[in-house]
Amino acid sequence: MAIPKIVGIETEFGIMVRGTTEWNPVSASSLLINAYVGSETGGLDDRTTPVAWDFIDETPGVDARDMLAPDYAMPPEVETHLVNAVLTNGARYYVDHAHPELSTPECRDALSVVLYDRAAELILIESMKSAADALPPGQEIVIYKDNTDRKGNAYGCHENYLLARSLPFGQIVAAATTHFITRQVFTGSGKVGSELPGIGRDEVPYQLTQRAEHFEEEVGLETTLKRPIVNTRDEPHADSQKYRRLHVIAGDANMSQMATLLKLGTSAILFAMLEDGAYDSPILIEQPVPAMHAVSHDLTLEAPISLADGRSATAIEIQWQLLEQARSWADRHGLEAVGEDSGKMVLERWEQVLAGLESDPDSVAHWVDWAAKLRLLRGFMDRHDCQWDDNRLRALDVQYHDLRPQKSLAARAGLEAIVDEDVAARAISEPPEDTRAYFRGRCLEKFADNVVAANWDSIVFDVGDDPLRRVPMLEPGRGTRSHVGTILDESDTASQLLDRLGA
Amino acid sequence: MPLGPRTAPGVAEEEADMAERERIKKTTTKPQEDEAAEELPATGEQGEALKAELDDLLDEIDDVLETNAEDFVKSYIQKGGQ
Repeated sequence: MAIPKIVGIETEFGIMVRGTTEWNPVSASSLLINAYVGSETGGLDDRTTPVAWDFIDETPGVDARDMLAPDYAMPPEVETHLVNAVLTNGARYYVDHAHPELSTPECRDALSVVLYDRAAELILIESMKSAADALPPGQEIVIYKDNTDRKGNAYGCHENYLLARSLPFGQIVAAATTHFITRQVFTGSGKVGSELPGIGRDEVPYQLTQRAEHFEEEVGLETTLKRPIVNTRDEPHADSQKYRRLHVIAGDANMSQMATLLKLGTSAILFAMLEDGAYDSPILIEQPVPAMHAVSHDLTLEAPISLADGRSATAIEIQWQLLEQARSWADRHGLEAVGEDSGKMVLERWEQVLAGLESDPDSVAHWVDWAAKLRLLRGFMDRHDCQWDDNRLRALDVQYHDLRPQKSLAARAGLEAIVDEDVAARAISEPPEDTRAYFRGRCLEKFADNVVAANWDSIVFDVGDDPLRRVPMLEPGRGTRSHVGTILDESDTASQLLDRLGA
Repeated sequence: MPLGPRTAPGVAEEEADMAERERIKKTTTKPQEDEAAEELPATGEQGEALKAELDDLLDEIDDVLETNAEDFVKSYIQKGGQ
C-alpha cells in the first residue's frame, strides 16, 4: 500500500540589486535573509540571532543507485558558513549557490505545498521591503521567481517526495522520466528564445520551459552541471530503512498556483501508483534528453515522441495515458495516499488542462504559465508591431517573474488563485498541522531561546545545566498537531516539553 | 555554465520515421460536452470581453515594463545554481 506522499519544494530565486553596478549576489542574498529574520514579520524580533540550521545529517553526495559516485561527480557543497535560518512555519530560508533559497515545510499534500509556496513568495516580498532599510538610498534588492538568466545560467525549483524504500529505484526512474518530459506541457513557465548553442530565434522564438535545455543526462547525482532528468541524491532526512526522498530537479518554478498544484499533484499520484503496483504498462521514451528539449521547443504540442517499443505519441497523448491509469488506480486504491481533497482536485484539473491544451492553449492561460506569458507577449507584439528580436519581449519574459507586487507581470496575467491570501499570510508564521513541520515550527515559536539548532529530522535543545538534548524526528508523518499539539500547548517550558516527550 | 552542443538528434528531426510508427491510442474518456465547452476558444461576446481584458492588461504592462529594456535584459545575469 502506498505510503502518505509527503511533499515539499525548494526554490532558488534570481536576485538583482538595482541602483548600483557594485554588488555581489552572496552578500545581497545574506542581507536579504538577515533583514527578514531580524524583522518583526520574521517572528524572531526578540532574538539577536535566528535559530541556526543543524548540518549533522547533511549527506547530499549519497547516490540512490547504491554505488560509489564516480570520480568526476562533484557532490553538492554544503555551505555551512552562510546564513541559514529555520522559520516558525517549519521552512528553511538560506543562501545557496549565490541565490536566496526557501524550502517549504514538509506538507501532507500538493494543495498544502501550494499554500506554503505562496507563503514563501510573501516572505520574499517582505524580505525585499525589510532589506530596503539596510541599503543606501536609491538601491533596491529585487527577487525573481524564475530558473535562468537566459544566458546559460540556471537555478532550480526542486520537488521532494517521500517514497517507500522498498520501491526499486529502476521503476522510479522509468516512470519519472516519462512524466517529467511530458508534464512540461502544463508545468512550463515559458522562455523567450533558446539557450542552446546554434539555435536561433527563427527556430525557437519561444518555448514552454525555463529548465528543459539545462538537462544533459538521463540519470545522475549532479545538480549544478550535466544535470540529469532523474536526480539520484539519496538523502531521505528520515528513517533511511523505510523511506527514500526523491529529489526532483527537472521542473520550473511556477508563478501559477494551479501549475504548482499539477506539477506536484500528478507526480505524487504517479509515485503512489508505483508503490501500489498499479502502474501497469510503463511508457518508455526512446531518447529522453532530446525529447525533453523537443517537448519544450514544440509550441504546437503536436510533435510525436519516439517510444522505446517502436510506437510514437505526443506529450499530451502520453499524459492522457498516465491520467487514465491514475483514475483507474484511484478507483481501486482511493486517494488517501495523496490526500483526498488535493487528489480529487488534481485529477479533475489534470483532465481539464489536457483538454484545454489540446483545443487551444489560450483557454488554459489562467492555469499554465507558458500560455499566460505567451498571451502577453503576442498581445504586446500586436500592439507595438514588433518581432521576437525586440528587447522589450525579453524584458517582459523576465519581469513576468518579478515578485514585487507593483512590478510583477504574472500578478497581472489573470492567473487563477487557488489559495486564500489571508490563509497564506498566516502560513508565513504558522506550520502545517499534519506533518513533523508542526513540531519544528511550534518549538521555534514557543521555545526559540532553548532551541540551539534544528534541521529536517531533529531539533537540539539547551535547557540549562543538562547536556544538549536532541529530539529525533525520523518519521515525517509524526509530530503533527494531533500527536503533540496538546503536549506543546500544556508545556510552559522546554524542560517540561522534553520531560513529557520522554526525550 | 555553458551548455553542451546539441549533439543528439532532436525528436522533431525524426518525423520521416514517424509515419511508420504506430501511434499510441488515446483511450481516456474525454470530458463531457458541457465541461469541454468551457475550455473552447471564446467566441462572440465572450471573445470581446477577453479582448478588452487583454487590452487593459497591455495598458498596465506599458506602464510597469522596465523602461530601458535592452540594459535591463543585459544586466540580468545570475550565477548558476542547482
